[in-house]
Amino acid sequence: MTMRRYWYYPGCSGHASARDYQRSVALISPALGLDLVEVEDWNCCGTTAMTSVEPRLSVVLSARNLALAEEAGGRADLVVTCNSCYAILRRAQEQYARRREVRAEVDEALAGIGRRYSGTVRVRHLLEVLVRDVGLDALRERVRRPLSGLRLAPYYGCLLGRPRNDFEDPEEPLSMDRLLEATGATVVRFDRKSKCCGGALITTHEEAALELVREVLSEAAAREARAVVTACPMCQFNLDAYQAKVNAAFGTRLRLPVLYFSQVLGLSLGFGASELGLGQRFVPVGGVGKL
Amino acid sequence: MRAVQSQVPGRGPLPVVGEADLDGKFVVTVMELSGEDGLLGCIQCGTCTGSCQLSSWMDYTPRRIVDMVRKGLAREVLASRAIWYCASCYYCTVRCPRGIKLTEVLYALKSLALARGYAEPGAPAPAFYRTFFEVVGRYGRLYEPGLMIGVALRSGFGRLFRLAPLGLGMLRRGKMALLPERVRAVDEVRALMERVSRGLVRR
Repeated sequence: MTMRRYWYYPGCSGHASARDYQRSVALISPALGLDLVEVEDWNCCGTTAMTSVEPRLSVVLSARNLALAEEAGGRADLVVTCNSCYAILRRAQEQYARRREVRAEVDEALAGIGRRYSGTVRVRHLLEVLVRDVGLDALRERVRRPLSGLRLAPYYGCLLGRPRNDFEDPEEPLSMDRLLEATGATVVRFDRKSKCCGGALITTHEEAALELVREVLSEAAAREARAVVTACPMCQFNLDAYQAKVNAAFGTRLRLPVLYFSQVLGLSLGFGASELGLGQRFVPVGGVGKL
Repeated sequence: MRAVQSQVPGRGPLPVVGEADLDGKFVVTVMELSGEDGLLGCIQCGTCTGSCQLSSWMDYTPRRIVDMVRKGLAREVLASRAIWYCASCYYCTVRCPRGIKLTEVLYALKSLALARGYAEPGAPAPAFYRTFFEVVGRYGRLYEPGLMIGVALRSGFGRLFRLAPLGLGMLRRGKMALLPERVRAVDEVRALMERVSRGLVRR
């Protein structure tokens, strides 16, 4: 099997609240011919929090990560697994390419720390790499344990397709639907697939964010999904860790495990539930992990 | 003194402000900071408000915020609750028929509210953003316990007690690092932050 080489940016959550995500990615990647190497000494991308403190801040912080990948060389694509990192790093990549004054500011700031960037790194989400570079046919061929009969709700959240990019549709994304179908699972219709989970509002305006979480989970339940599948640590956290609070606040009886697409894919490739980190969640996976 | 009123219906009345209290340059400041120079082309269609999942929580809806920015109601916009309810979901941005990236405008407004001292230090969102900034300045990466404790210090310890069960739940599930990870070249991160945020962040 030829290995495809990429730089990998786990993001802060990849080393903390989404360690199970990272674990499953580390497990499935080599099995699918992906050689992901973590960028040395990466820093926080800045996310929406820093962008709100100063709109340029996350561009400059992200640019350091892009510069580190470029300096190390040998691989053109930087693979990201967090949707927020993805949107913020892409925003940096685009502003750097399109806006002269931003480029000047970034160049100057990087020069101040003895680094330079020339704009060659391409930021990509792991989901895109799986669907486009590995390909659905190759994925299908590697499935050892088809997840037949498992009904899954694909939840993309905001930042995979928004703002516009060359990968996903801003409102009707399909890549995860296709990937989950390749595992043999049944993908339910899911109209709220690209709605917002509340993001950081879960910390700052919990009441408002809980309503958004409820909307997503209750559609999944109404469609009789056994689990919700995400591609983002923020979405996973809000839907999983706050599910009990949603039930308490709205009198619902939701009990939906929230998995990462990499974990579902891992199950179908024959990996075990615990090595994929399926135990590390608030709502237990139950029967979903025993398939 | 001429009173400025909104010409289009929306949630509640627009504040009545005397001409002398209007900031004629506000729209230019916002356009420069956000890079969205098409704000004057907004047709007030309300697609942003209709697409916003948080607009029902806002004191002024997104369409209204644009209207107010253009009229120079700087103080009212920057002191509003609305701007802190933006979750940066980008629905307004992808749907705007005039191609205005309203999410970018909201980043700029939050930034101005922090810089000009409109955001109350204890209010949850400003406390969250300020603390996030400090934590990344210290470690170069996010450190969740540091964020939680910092937010609590700013907005009252009641919050820490409410967050404690969640933190313990995360810890038990291996979802929280006890010790922070520090970027080796954290000085580089600090230098970048210092350079870009100079003069903007008021502690």
